[in-house]
Amino acid sequence: MTAAADLASSYELVVIGGGPAGLAAASLAARAGVSTALFDENPGVGGQIYRAITSTPVKDRAVLGEDYWDGAALADEAKASGALIVNGATVWSLDRQRLVGVSIGGKARVIEAGRVIIATGSQERPFPIPGWTLPGVMTVGAAQTVLKAQGLVVCERTVLAGSGPLLWLLAAQTLRAGGKIDAILDTTPRRNWLQAAVHLPDFALSPYFAKGLALLREVRARVPVHRVDRIEAVGADRVREVVFSSAGGTRRLPVDLLLLHQGVVPNVNLANAAGVTHVWNDRQLCFVPVLDADFGSSVPGIAVAGDGAGIAGGTAAAERGRIAAIAAVRALKPDAVVPDTQAIRQRLQREEMGRAFLDWLNRPADGFRMPEGETIACRCEEVTAQQVRETARMGCEGPNQMKAFLRCGMGPCQGRLCGLTVTELIAEERKATPDEVGYYRLRPPVKPITLAELASLPISEAERKAVER
Amino acid sequence: MFKRLAEKGPAIAITVDGKTVNAHAGDTVAAALLAAGIDHCRTTPVTGAPRAPYCLMGVCFDCLVTVDGVGSRQGCLIPVREGMKVETQLGRREAGR
Repeated sequence: MTAAADLASSYELVVIGGGPAGLAAASLAARAGVSTALFDENPGVGGQIYRAITSTPVKDRAVLGEDYWDGAALADEAKASGALIVNGATVWSLDRQRLVGVSIGGKARVIEAGRVIIATGSQERPFPIPGWTLPGVMTVGAAQTVLKAQGLVVCERTVLAGSGPLLWLLAAQTLRAGGKIDAILDTTPRRNWLQAAVHLPDFALSPYFAKGLALLREVRARVPVHRVDRIEAVGADRVREVVFSSAGGTRRLPVDLLLLHQGVVPNVNLANAAGVTHVWNDRQLCFVPVLDADFGSSVPGIAVAGDGAGIAGGTAAAERGRIAAIAAVRALKPDAVVPDTQAIRQRLQREEMGRAFLDWLNRPADGFRMPEGETIACRCEEVTAQQVRETARMGCEGPNQMKAFLRCGMGPCQGRLCGLTVTELIAEERKATPDEVGYYRLRPPVKPITLAELASLPISEAERKAVER
Repeated sequence: MFKRLAEKGPAIAITVDGKTVNAHAGDTVAAALLAAGIDHCRTTPVTGAPRAPYCLMGVCFDCLVTVDGVGSRQGCLIPVREGMKVETQLGRREAGR
């Protein structure tokens, strides 16, 4: 185990995040002779898609599927590459000078980086429905996390709700593991097909087409699927019932566990705090960093690879990581031997093919992104949609001003689970675009650290004298 | 809500609010709480509403617990350790105190 005290004061390349993009980037750079450190906050490498790839107790390979086990090669390659890989390492700060603040085991260090690749991936899109804060309501990704890492499978009465590939994948994995799912509430708006259909030929050529159809068939054969346009989680101390409506009327189902999912969006906090420029992507309904062909951001020396650069999936993430790493190696060591990017770009293009179809098909309906009334928008500070809407109508122009009025985005999650909702609510009320409204201005520390961790930062005699009187 | 596929990995005893909970090697604090059927891990500082782990990937901060005396730790990111003392976080904040 690497401790904070074991870290060098600088590395030529620091990679943040140990999913497919981070692992592929760190491997490539280290093998090219670049001193590389990879920091990841989870107990093991793999990110979300290959979570617990080196330690999962789920040994029956059919349960998680062969696409999951592909991650083992990436993890092995990174381990053998010579890159320093540190898990349990939380990066809480990154600035324009590429100083990286990191905490390991309660001790903090600030490391200088020649180049930085942010590979912090994606998070599940907020799904603000009435009752989504109740115990017993979790995300589909959460259920998949404990299945992969701890071998926990849902039992008792379980309902999945939402849209997107991950929902169907988790359903299939749960069934294969012997779990039961009472119902799937499909929130995909039928009219999405209108925009998606033109991209169907591309999707039919992508590797996800056959896999997707097979998943749908596998799940639909065993789980009743209802198309819905409204969902509410009901209960006092925990969720007891899910109430859902469609054109055919309103129904209720008793539940012990309600799992929500409506796609994933880039995890922007670290890049945003480092000053990386982001723009609104209307197809994916989220903010994405502005990047060049090598995934370099608006801040010199900082690249954003993987799903953090816009959602494209795990295999594409690894290719993006490689492209970003090659650019870093070329800048740091112009004479080093690196793979040909042409072949990597072709593989990336093939992976990204068909993404437009998935994006348009699974684009969440307005009502599931921009809630009304007492539905909570900001989980941490318990700010309702109505409060945000009323404050926007009063003249509040953007999310940063909204913090001053309502404290939304100022709780421990630092806007991760309300940022998009608040931006879109303000945009809707003020008849502006999300780009005009903007996003929270995030600042370090982007993860909470204790005063003791800050106090553990090494200081020089000169620094000590500078503040002593 | 969840059951273990197999009781693999050595058992690790932690305490949750003073009561012994049997976890397993490879569990995070949040996963151990879910596997033990503990229905919430904190109450919110604003209205005192109960909260349980929601995202389990370090994003939502709903699994905040006190671990070995340090408050507001993300339970989903911390592996369990033999003898670890976990406490649920209760109570509304007292604004202006």
